[in-house]
Amino acid sequence: MDGGHDLGGMHGLGPVAEERNEPVFHAEWERRCFALTLAMGFTGSWNIDMSRHARERMHPADYLRRSYYEIWLHGLQTLLREQGLATDKEMTDGIMQVPPKKVARVLTGGEVMDALMKGGPCDREVDALARFACGQTVRTRIAHPSGHTRLPRYARGRIGRIERVHGAFVFPDSNAHGGGEQPQYCYSVYFNAVDLWGEDADPRDGVSLDLWESYLEEVAE
Amino acid sequence: MTANSDDDVLKDDAVAHHDHDEGSALPEVALRVRALESLLVEKGYVDPAALDELIDAYETRVGPRNGARVIARAWAEPEYKAWLLEDADAAIAAMGFTGRQGEHMLVKENTPKVHNMVVCTLCSCYPWPVLGLPPVWYKSPAYRSRAVSDPRGVLEEFGVTLLPSQAVRVWDSTAELRYLVLPMRPEGTEGWGQEELARLVTRNSMIGTALALNPADLAGTEQEGG
Repeated sequence: MDGGHDLGGMHGLGPVAEERNEPVFHAEWERRCFALTLAMGFTGSWNIDMSRHARERMHPADYLRRSYYEIWLHGLQTLLREQGLATDKEMTDGIMQVPPKKVARVLTGGEVMDALMKGGPCDREVDALARFACGQTVRTRIAHPSGHTRLPRYARGRIGRIERVHGAFVFPDSNAHGGGEQPQYCYSVYFNAVDLWGEDADPRDGVSLDLWESYLEEVAE
Repeated sequence: MTANSDDDVLKDDAVAHHDHDEGSALPEVALRVRALESLLVEKGYVDPAALDELIDAYETRVGPRNGARVIARAWAEPEYKAWLLEDADAAIAAMGFTGRQGEHMLVKENTPKVHNMVVCTLCSCYPWPVLGLPPVWYKSPAYRSRAVSDPRGVLEEFGVTLLPSQAVRVWDSTAELRYLVLPMRPEGTEGWGQEELARLVTRNSMIGTALALNPADLAGTEQEGG
């Protein structure tokens, strides 16, 4: 979706402000919000693509104005509501009114480090062969899906070059919408800065993106 | 590296940026999170002990000192560096750093010809096992918007002076691959051990918004004990 999250190339957002001696969290509620989001993720009620999509559906004006963990809180509450795990009233009051829904698992304190160290790999075995090869020139598709996608606006309809075949990975565009993993090949695609930003860009520079096969089409060379 | 080595400064920063946060009048968002936590615990979806462990993991155990050890080893051992560039997953796992948001790693080497810089324009993808959680600036709209379209301008703001010979390559983390920059080893560090070398490796140098420190830079930070 062309939401407030798709920021590459946008103007007017000011200089990058680095905070000296920045702590990991700035307030207790940020700690709790972070941990609640991760812990709820472990219940298996949704996947990481759904989680990202819940955040990017926030109203663009709010997305740009809110702090990072406020966006996370919004995303978490959206998912809890949509999955029927909590009602708005319950979340506001902090008091259960509807019996809990069964979740696949509850992460215990003792399981945390193992679970974090294990992670959740997203690469998958597929029978198909990769459609594109290293060095091949490709063009990204022009598309504006209303759902989740990982092809940013600034890189649509652009000419690039395949630089690495990563293998097959879970396809976020379907996984975010309950359409299953539908793994497909993912590639590192290099775009020259001039092809992305025009003649004012430094022709020595460029951007590499990791893009799924269905975002790409052949270009006659 | 300890997140809390300088408690007073951190507290001051936190207060300056989030007025009234720890006082009696909690901001609305803090109340919302508190209510949500009570609810999710009451419903049995989350174990409070797990919440504490998750926070502790990223505040005290997983952070950029991990990545610095990887980089220092790559500087010191040519075979390790070759392995790291060829198969980052295995080479980093061999140092004991694995897991969430670092399942698929790639390491990009800075050279006199290219300077690498990492961003996630669509959200905040970042290699947690080696760098911990991302700083606010990395997640900010300002960085995410301009890192791809004006990387040289951003680098200038960070005080990075590139070599005239260097192209800038930006890595936009749009999938589940996570990037770590291997900065150039500073001059005057011949014969240094890995622990010493690691002190030259800052978080930003592994994102690509800084160069590694020079030996002379360490003099001022000596008191912090590395």
